[in-house]
Amino acid sequence: MFHRESGYFKTTYKADMALYPLPIGKAAAVGFGVLFFVICPLLLGEYYLSIINIAAIAVVGALGLNILLGYTGQISIGHAAFMSVGAYTAANFAVHFDMPFWITLPAGGLMAAAIGVLVGLPSLRVKGLYLAIATLAAQFIIEWVLNHTPAISGGVQASIEMPRPVFFGIVLNTQAELYFFILPVTALAILATLNLVRSRLGRAFVAIRDQEIAAEIIGINVYRHKLMAFGISSFYAGITGVLYTYYFGIANYEAFQLPISIDYLAMVIIGGLGSVLGSIFGAVFVTLLPIGIRMFMETVGVFFVDGNYLAQVIAQMRLILFGGLIIFFLVIEPEGLNKLWQNIRNYFRVWPFSY
Amino acid sequence: MRHLRLGLMAATAVAAASFQIGTATAQEIVVGLQCDRTGPTQTVGTFLCPGYHDYVKLVNSKGGVKGHKIRVVEIDHEYKVPPGMEAYQRMKKEGAVVVAIYGTPHTQALTPLLHEDKIPGTSPGFGSAAAANGLKYPFLFPIAATYWSQGAAAVQFAKEQLGGVLKGKKIAFIYYDNPAGREPLPLLHKLRDMEGFELKEFAIPPPGVEMKVQVQDIARRYRADFVINHTFGKAPSVSINEFTRQGYPLNKMVGFVWAAGESNIMGAGGWSKAQGYYVLQMAGAGSDYDVLREIKALYKSEGKTPPKEMESTVYYNRGLMWAALALKAIENGLEMKGSGKLTGADVQKGFERIKDFSLGGILPPLNITPEDHEGGGWVQIFQVQGDGFVPVSKWMHGYRDVVMEMVRKGE
Repeated sequence: MFHRESGYFKTTYKADMALYPLPIGKAAAVGFGVLFFVICPLLLGEYYLSIINIAAIAVVGALGLNILLGYTGQISIGHAAFMSVGAYTAANFAVHFDMPFWITLPAGGLMAAAIGVLVGLPSLRVKGLYLAIATLAAQFIIEWVLNHTPAISGGVQASIEMPRPVFFGIVLNTQAELYFFILPVTALAILATLNLVRSRLGRAFVAIRDQEIAAEIIGINVYRHKLMAFGISSFYAGITGVLYTYYFGIANYEAFQLPISIDYLAMVIIGGLGSVLGSIFGAVFVTLLPIGIRMFMETVGVFFVDGNYLAQVIAQMRLILFGGLIIFFLVIEPEGLNKLWQNIRNYFRVWPFSY
Repeated sequence: MRHLRLGLMAATAVAAASFQIGTATAQEIVVGLQCDRTGPTQTVGTFLCPGYHDYVKLVNSKGGVKGHKIRVVEIDHEYKVPPGMEAYQRMKKEGAVVVAIYGTPHTQALTPLLHEDKIPGTSPGFGSAAAANGLKYPFLFPIAATYWSQGAAAVQFAKEQLGGVLKGKKIAFIYYDNPAGREPLPLLHKLRDMEGFELKEFAIPPPGVEMKVQVQDIARRYRADFVINHTFGKAPSVSINEFTRQGYPLNKMVGFVWAAGESNIMGAGGWSKAQGYYVLQMAGAGSDYDVLREIKALYKSEGKTPPKEMESTVYYNRGLMWAALALKAIENGLEMKGSGKLTGADVQKGFERIKDFSLGGILPPLNITPEDHEGGGWVQIFQVQGDGFVPVSKWMHGYRDVVMEMVRKGE
């Protein structure tokens, strides 16, 4: 409707594999860049920026899990544990060695990747639900180790206070400053994932997901690629953990327990397995929907519920509506929000004609 | 003439009324309350938060704090940290002058923000015990006995129960194996060395529903003279049943504040199953307090029945305590400020002037000072007798000098 797809001829393989197959893709990317980097910080207050911050961190984690679950087809219920690995690594580096964020960030990611590869080893032998249990074990083992190793987790409280990130002598304190710290990392993560999935590596992941034996026959080293998927996914998780740590000002494993792993699984499943846009949709949906429902209930609820019980009703209704909406969206489109968006897009693509 | 006077009076009345409407929103004071009504500790939150609201409602019905109405912004965060951060930002946006934090990881994450934004936060029973040091954490107020103070009081109580001498006695410390569970350990080690008793630690792995081995060990092999029970969630109920099963008398055991609610007793199968069990309380338990009668009367005057949450007195009264202390701090802050808009910094000063405010005995005789944000580390010991908790001591604390030295050093 808004643009035409005809008239762009791809004469090389390179053009066919380009990040933006159509010029409007580039325009949209620039548009979103301007929206999030210029317009949002100018228009929105601290509170709304803090919501974007939390959602943006979740996007990084969801991207990582989607690489593993959506693209490679290996399930992991230990995603939050890898985040805690990144969190404590960064906190130790920042506190004991006084490292700046541009070292702690990759360090946390790499440490998580190393642990992730280790945890990925069972994936060479077991599949599906069995792998889920193996990664669940990793979640508990990592939690236990952090809980009981003061050398890593800093004493009885198992928490390390994290200094705020410093950027060329400026301490990033306010939500707006942290926004400009978190958002570029998220943008980088999105860009990296988009590029990963159209590279040889990404295609190999998809081949393994679709049919492992066939993938092996066409010359993909399945073991190596599975471990790489675990490593890359955990790297993203580690980065997420470091971002959370800088954002909370504290590394604490209690913020990375099993329910958080489940939350991330929910994000990628609701958003859409095997799609970058789906990860973003899912992370934003799971983060913002409870807030949205609460705001809705606060405005509308007063007309229906006695003031005394309003708080209780809001809290419970949030869970009920949240669960209901997840079921609703998955019923109308089992492949997630991304597919829903595709359907809408395809409808308007030829609008007002039906095909 | 008479008409003129009437007219003038009417005019001033209208002017006054419109003035009041104009300033009504300006006079309102906002307080933030973080809750867990739907997460893993919902057994606490569903009773505690109504207590907070009801106390604010009572104060508002009497005209508010020095004429200012109080508005509570409550946000449920399911005991997850990111929603807690969002909740705090929302409260800040609404202009909250004090925030009641719920949860240990939340307390730790919000501590630097409270300091930057100059908004005092209360964390009764959460966060690190070292936060009682007001010089180091000026905007964080534990306002109730920390785990160190609870540990000290429990040892003090054990000493009284065991005949005044602890030397050579065997004390078992059974705790939930997470950071909050382990927190009293450094203090207990210190007291062990001081008093010369034997201390054995028994960790219960999360989620704390399996402790047969540990309890058997305490009751049969170690044969402890006294047990200190520091568990949360479902674990206290399980521990009561397990100790009974092993034939260990419950009147040789004292539970910390989160093992002390009606729901914990109900979870064990009711009052009859827990006879003799001692607990520490940070706010009075039971309904024999004037302020509770006032709240019930308020509901009656509105033609409503008092909320059923009031029956769970332990957590309800704690919510009441949190609200009462926050509002008292606001009152002190307003008193000092005189006129002008109340800020978080004023309320912070207000907290540090809370002294001898006991609300008819439901609150401990707190004395919050800039050095001591815990206000003395008071607890009251209650025992399960008949169908409820019966107080068996006055408000007490133990080994205050030892605790305060640890707080000062920030160990």
